[in-house]
Amino acid sequence: MIELVGIRKAFNQGQHNETWALSGIDLTIPAHRVTALKGPSGSGKTTLLTILGCLARPTAGRVRLKGEDISGLPERFLTEIRRQTFGFIFQQFNLVRGLSAIENVILPAYPTGRPRKALLEKAEALLADVNLAHRRNARVEWLSGGEQQRVAICRALINDPEILIADEPTANLDSQLAKEFLAILEKLADAGRTIILTSHDPLVVEAALVDRLVTLRDGRIVETVDKPERRIRRAAS
Amino acid sequence: MRVVFVRPANFALLLLAAALAAFLLSFADAARLRLARATASAAAAALVTQLKLTDPVLFTEARYTRHLSQADLQSAFQDHPVAFEHFPSGSLVIPPAGVIAPYENLDRKAKAPD
Amino acid sequence: MRTWIEKQKHLIDFTLASLMRRKAKNLGLLFIYTLLVFVLASAALYTHALRQEAQKALAGSPEIVLQRLIAGRHDLIPPGYIEKIGRIRGVQKIEGRLWGYYYDSVVKANYTFMAPRDMQIERGEIIVGPALERSRGLAAGNGISFRAYTGELFTFIVADVLPQSSELVSADLVLMNEEDFRAFFKIPPGYYNDIALSVANPQEVRNVAIKLLTALPDSRPILRDEVLRTYASIFDWREGIMLTLLAAAILAFGIFAWEKAAGLSAEEKREIGILKAIGWETGDVIKMKFWEGLLISLTAFLVGYLAAYLHVFYFSASLFEPVLKGWAVLYPRFTLPPHIDGLQVATLFFFTVVPYTAAVLTPIWRAATTDPDTVMRA
Repeated sequence: MIELVGIRKAFNQGQHNETWALSGIDLTIPAHRVTALKGPSGSGKTTLLTILGCLARPTAGRVRLKGEDISGLPERFLTEIRRQTFGFIFQQFNLVRGLSAIENVILPAYPTGRPRKALLEKAEALLADVNLAHRRNARVEWLSGGEQQRVAICRALINDPEILIADEPTANLDSQLAKEFLAILEKLADAGRTIILTSHDPLVVEAALVDRLVTLRDGRIVETVDKPERRIRRAAS
Repeated sequence: MRVVFVRPANFALLLLAAALAAFLLSFADAARLRLARATASAAAAALVTQLKLTDPVLFTEARYTRHLSQADLQSAFQDHPVAFEHFPSGSLVIPPAGVIAPYENLDRKAKAPD
Repeated sequence: MRTWIEKQKHLIDFTLASLMRRKAKNLGLLFIYTLLVFVLASAALYTHALRQEAQKALAGSPEIVLQRLIAGRHDLIPPGYIEKIGRIRGVQKIEGRLWGYYYDSVVKANYTFMAPRDMQIERGEIIVGPALERSRGLAAGNGISFRAYTGELFTFIVADVLPQSSELVSADLVLMNEEDFRAFFKIPPGYYNDIALSVANPQEVRNVAIKLLTALPDSRPILRDEVLRTYASIFDWREGIMLTLLAAAILAFGIFAWEKAAGLSAEEKREIGILKAIGWETGDVIKMKFWEGLLISLTAFLVGYLAAYLHVFYFSASLFEPVLKGWAVLYPRFTLPPHIDGLQVATLFFFTVVPYTAAVLTPIWRAATTDPDTVMRA
């Protein structure tokens, strides 16, 4: 699905505080699978995630999405591709305060010009899927942490993206909510979406839904582990 | 709990459209009023011709401001220093330089003395 | 096309939701903005319409009024003066005018007394202007006494009141018989206040005036063109004074609007970061902010202008009356026909909408171009 070749990323390039967050990454993200990125803070997980999700450009190297090289595309096209292909769930949720849950969910679809009625219907359905339909008109700042994250999930799905990206999704949740979140994610994975997540939470990293575990350290990949358990489980059911 | 009956954008655009329509209508209304009030203007113009008037009755604070076009410029302190006619508007209404220039040869100062 | 419209509507939805979040501040801003436009538009509409009316009314003034000066000061026209003018080509009518001022201490106002040639008034009778009807309660049949400057008391009966529709030029007039006038002001027969001349050809007026000066070196010709042009610039002046007084208010508003629009709070910066991260392009953010600027300034302009139009032409600019009247006791009451200067309206529109929209957009430029990944690192 996504291929990274020789990716390097530097910050404050050319200045005295120049840092290289990624120093040579070669990585393939398989389609319809769950890939987890694991590593201590400072290992470059988040940076790698931004490059995978087309939120940032690499300093060096090539990014290929479904076989097409997108590294050199201008911002407009990149944004459109990102909007159509990716859905993001941020660590801090990053919902827009002052808007209701349903308004937050349809926000990423505004630039597409799809009719509002259709968007509202879709958002209703998504919220119902995560048992949040009764809170559709509540202001997001009144929702609990778990509820906010579910709104964030729905927002990530409004444009029907093929790939879902979640950054430290359980960092602000207790174990119970974390398990609930993983259950939702598993449902989405079983439905065929490609999922990429970063985490240093053992609950996530050792969860059964992860197909491939990539370990990062100091801007490099140190280990890649393929876990066949889920594939076998699915084949069996 | 906010229940929205009308889409905000539609509501705002509707109000704006209504305001725009009223704006354009005001020009039509202006034309209508002009016609309706024309007779009054005609009455004033007729009186001007009949009585040979030269100034509108807009600045009646003081004598020298009443007939600005006929003013004798020394009248400001005519009665006594704190006369009622001492009003600032007199200092605001000097004819602009651009008007004086074309009429230079009506002004004795422009002609060389014999 | 439909997609484009729908997208703009989405952006407007978001902008309105944004504005509603700080309802009080934004409604206050809109209200003050509208008020400012209202005052400016009222001043502009009123002065322009008044200028047009005055010009129209005075179009029938005598082409030249000749005054006589002694030692630079105004003096009466003596007998024989008119004959000295002789025959000047182009002059159709030469007529002496009799008029003067009378100070009425009862209402502390100056009246303009006149003895018109072309009106038949009986001795002992006067025709008064509409403002006198209001201030002294005069109507046809009433009597009124005036004390002349000699100390003598003269009594007159009001024969008629001049029509209210002519108030702009007649409000303070007191018309009387010529003999009464001369007796009241002790002006001997043959003396006049000034001379009114009619000249048929407008091109000839200045030449006639020069000939008059040559024939009568102590005269001062006043041309109608001069009068009309002076009044045009007086109205510009009065408008200018009003705008100067408003300048403080305009400046205060400008500072307020700039502070509101140009200072992006951390909250707003974060919000733009989120929008970019979830899929909005730089252009989308800018368009959204553009709608914010346009909606507020356009609403302020349209509502302010409409209120001003109603205020000036249906309510006779009553809010301005104290300013325009000054200390005048006799102010004419008249309903202005609306003469609207399209250029003025267009200028007002331009200066209402463009600077504000620019002020809203300018700080956004920087924030809108931030990289979408900044939100991840927060």
